[in-house]
Amino acid sequence: MTDNANFEPSAAELERRRIRAKAHRKSILISLASTVLFAVVAWFGLTSTPGWSRVQASFFDWNTAVTAWPLVLDGLWLNLRVLVFAVIGVLFFGLILALLRTLKNPVFFPLRIFARAYVDFFRGLPLIIVLYLVGFGIPGLRLPGIGRIPTELLGVVALILTYSAYVAEVFRAGIESIHPSQRLAARSLGLSYSQSMRLVVLPQAVRRVAPPLMNDFVSLQKDVGLISILGAVDAVRAAQIQVAMSANFTPYVVAGLLFVVLAIPTIRFADRITEKFAKREQAGNAL
Amino acid sequence: MTEIDWNNPRLKVRGLRKNFDQKVVLGGVDLEIYPGQIVALIGSSGSGKSTLLRCINLIEGISDGQIWLEGRDISVADIDQDEVRREIGLVFQSYNLFAHLSILDNITLALQHVQGKNQDEAETIAMQWLERIGLADKAESYPDKLSGGQQQRTAIVRAVALNPKVLLLDEVTSALDPELVGEVLELIRDLKATGTTIIMATHELSFARDVADWVVFLDKGVVAEEGEAAEFFANPKNERTREFLSRLKAL
Ligand SMILES: Nc1ncnc2c1ncn2[C@@H]1O[C@H](COP(=O)(O)OP(=O)(O)OP(=O)(O)O)[C@@H](O)[C@H]1O
Ligand SMILES: [Mg+2]
Repeated sequence: MTDNANFEPSAAELERRRIRAKAHRKSILISLASTVLFAVVAWFGLTSTPGWSRVQASFFDWNTAVTAWPLVLDGLWLNLRVLVFAVIGVLFFGLILALLRTLKNPVFFPLRIFARAYVDFFRGLPLIIVLYLVGFGIPGLRLPGIGRIPTELLGVVALILTYSAYVAEVFRAGIESIHPSQRLAARSLGLSYSQSMRLVVLPQAVRRVAPPLMNDFVSLQKDVGLISILGAVDAVRAAQIQVAMSANFTPYVVAGLLFVVLAIPTIRFADRITEKFAKREQAGNAL
Repeated sequence: MTEIDWNNPRLKVRGLRKNFDQKVVLGGVDLEIYPGQIVALIGSSGSGKSTLLRCINLIEGISDGQIWLEGRDISVADIDQDEVRREIGLVFQSYNLFAHLSILDNITLALQHVQGKNQDEAETIAMQWLERIGLADKAESYPDKLSGGQQQRTAIVRAVALNPKVLLLDEVTSALDPELVGEVLELIRDLKATGTTIIMATHELSFARDVADWVVFLDKGVVAEEGEAAEFFANPKNERTREFLSRLKAL
């Protein structure tokens, strides 16, 4: 190994470094200037529109925001609980659907077809329609022995129905991305089909699909706001009530910002996971 | 070494055929191996070596013929395949180790979940094997941190740790860089000394001549010639065998 301690760069290298540093300073200055310019133009463009003062008054009114804030926050707590149950349900049913689709034995043909039809159907059906169908259809059945079903529960069911289909596809892609010889190696050690799935294929598949999985959960986190259309008093619905009472749209802005704040940790976490797994993949399997 | 009981082969194959659709890959193969023996399976690419090993391990269904393991017919329709595979180890050319498990856990997985050993027992056995192949200090490493030769040796001891009645090795050195081949062959030699019964598909002819008791030359899905290793290489009788051997030597 050569010693790098008293390495003296040549004149050519020094010249290269000087030019690179200069180019670097220049590009920083340019990006700084363009950002400031853009912000200034956007601000003046917005505030100089004829309706700006009216928009400011009806969307960014401080007093309305302060009044609406605690109620919207209360509603957000409902969104959070709905989210937790939905995530658990989606992971569970998504995994089951994905596993059904991987069954090769002809005996399972009907199950496989069912899983496939389910995924096609719910990936195509807009969530809002699922919400309407579940939210107003299931209570309409007047199921005997079951009293009034809480709207937030119906919302959870609708979210699980739709998102299981997305997540099932992600899991399936992950399972199929695992090299078949990993399963063969497991089987040749005497592990049963289900053991090979559970101990060898799934743990690797889940790692691999963690990034797209996190993306789906970021979307889910926003879509819990849609349960408001069923009448559940979540953040969106609470904001709506405040809007109606104060004749001002600021509560919507408050609710929107709260959703964004709630989403940021998840989004950052998703980025971190993506980065981490990208690194591992690159390190790669030598053999 | 104990006396071989020539009436009781560990594994016996008779008339094994395998078709993929219309294509005949194995056209009636006979084979037997006795306890403690090493049988080398040689033949050009596409001659059916891998297919034969996969049929013996019941990973591939067979089209005709019979297979017995210690006198028990394992080719009957209602055989418990998982149970048979517990008794027959199979190591492939590559991608053997489970990428999400440490080296130690790779070995303990089947000891625990197939043989029902508890974690302590399984780890004791695994560590003994790792020490034996000089990888004890890598027990907690993940496969991607090991060289190809280290990975392949781990894959082999992972199979051997389960004490299989027969160990099938399918060209375990052919994905390796030349300088890593030696350490894997050394392990196989070591296993022979402890009485492991091995059928190995290989292109390493000099190694086959060295350690194998019996050599089987597979050509277009049939056994073209077989014999004791020394005799087989010294005096190949079949024209195809001679051609094959000289072609490999020329390389
Ligand atoms: N699943 C399959 N479907 C169709 N044909 C197959 C399948 N598996 C193997 N074959 C064919 O069977 C023949 C024998 O293949 P096999 O892998 O057993 O040969 P091999 O002797 O192991 O060759 P190599 O030395 O290259 O590993 C080949 O012609 C191959 O194309
Ligand atoms: Mg092969």
